[in-house]
Amino acid sequence: MKNKNTAEMTAQELYIKEQRIHKRTVSLSRFFIFVVFLIVWETASDLGWIDSFFFSSPSRVIICAYQMLLDGSLPVHIGITLLETLLSFFLVFVLGISLALLLWSSDKLSEILEPYLVVLNSLPKSALAPLLIVWLGTGMKTIIVAGISVAIFGSVISLYTGFHEVDKNKLILIRTLGGTKKDCLTKVVLPSSIPTIISTIKVNIGLALVGVIIGEFLAARRGLGYLIIYGSQVFQLHMVIMSIILLCIIALALYQGIQVLEKIYKRHI
Amino acid sequence: MGDFVSKTPILELKNISYSYHSLQGETLALSDVSFQVNEGEFIAIVGPSGCGKSTLLSIIACLLEPENGTIQFQNPDGSIHYPHIGYMLQRDYLFEWRTVYENVTLGLELNRKKTKENLNFVDTLLKEYDLYDFKDKKPSELSGGMRQRAALIRTLALKPQILLLDEPFSALDYQTRLQVSGDIGNLIHRSKKTAILVTHDLSEAISLADRVLILSGRPAHIKRDLTIHLTKSSDSLIASRNAPEFGSYFNLLWEELGNEK
Repeated sequence: MKNKNTAEMTAQELYIKEQRIHKRTVSLSRFFIFVVFLIVWETASDLGWIDSFFFSSPSRVIICAYQMLLDGSLPVHIGITLLETLLSFFLVFVLGISLALLLWSSDKLSEILEPYLVVLNSLPKSALAPLLIVWLGTGMKTIIVAGISVAIFGSVISLYTGFHEVDKNKLILIRTLGGTKKDCLTKVVLPSSIPTIISTIKVNIGLALVGVIIGEFLAARRGLGYLIIYGSQVFQLHMVIMSIILLCIIALALYQGIQVLEKIYKRHI
Repeated sequence: MGDFVSKTPILELKNISYSYHSLQGETLALSDVSFQVNEGEFIAIVGPSGCGKSTLLSIIACLLEPENGTIQFQNPDGSIHYPHIGYMLQRDYLFEWRTVYENVTLGLELNRKKTKENLNFVDTLLKEYDLYDFKDKKPSELSGGMRQRAALIRTLALKPQILLLDEPFSALDYQTRLQVSGDIGNLIHRSKKTAILVTHDLSEAISLADRVLILSGRPAHIKRDLTIHLTKSSDSLIASRNAPEFGSYFNLLWEELGNEK
């Protein structure tokens, strides 16, 4: 094989090599930027270019995280935030698909409700948070509802749009083959909307986290959102920065998790 | 061609009218269309574009309700009932998330008729159309002609009594189109299926059909009902096109349609 088309193989190998070098350059550069940022930050606070009381430093953040790990409080805060985010995300997924299907099933209903959805979607959801506290009290319920409220309306709108954009002729085909409206849904609308559903899920997981943090700012005793507010009130800014970094890691991990699920799904079809 | 065609009307349309409504007003698409289709007959409907040919098919397929007039489906034994209608749309609309096999058995699945007998019938059709080796592939791996044949199998799997074809070859390139329309035409003639083909291709209409109905411009009514008799050496489409009568039929249709202007 290799002898037969040496020229072709080398060209192919060259291409693969180029691609590998390109990939390595990208990941090394990303890592390099991160390291340089940490070094500059640490040096700047050590040499007094910035006030380490306000701007903290990487070493202080790490020490803070280490101490909170030792006393066991950090895992609890992370766990609570994760749990609340996953719960809101799951509820948004179920509610979003059900509501979008309800709108799809009746053109009249979707036309009637359209302005309400648009207004609710554009409304800054943080404005609702004080109301939620009064209605639901301070606790996990409020926070999960806050998480849902941020993601649900946009998710209903994009899912419904996706369902509605399915080629009408494919629905006619189902009817010419003797299928019902339910067949249209299960054989055409849902299977052809899988890409829309996946992209909505990817957006939702991030939005659920946003909503949960808004909720925790106002109505929590535990969670990373609470840590941020608490840290800023007692001027422990390394705690605030640590929580923000942890949020970045959680957001990344959740997104990667969804991508893994997507890959598993794609391998099965 | 018409020798083996029995004279039982399987479908009868009486004074069918249909209009489209919008806030700007009413557009009459079909006006007083009446005709009969005998069992085993292959009918082609031609007419100027936008005249309502597809509307007429949708009404026969019960996708649209006529505003006036009646449609009657007649069983060979004389009783009236709703026969199964196979409708081939302008494009194949094969579902990309299903394999070819899952696509062609879609109709059986929807009607809960995936019996061993019906699935064997599908296998026979797949073999006959040289698609059996491709049954586990995705539709995107098939050529245009193969896709159209798969769409036909999906329609035939339900063993319809009447086949409605709405310009089913219009999305194919010219060469594939000649080949596929020949194949499909032959199969329909051989299986003595009743078929109604809507087309804007006059040669296709003459070479495939036993009878050609010429529709007028909008609002459409039947301008002429032309029985085709071709003297041909074989069953192939090329033989039909080489038949001595072909040219005069073509000119006749051309003039009928040209008069509209």
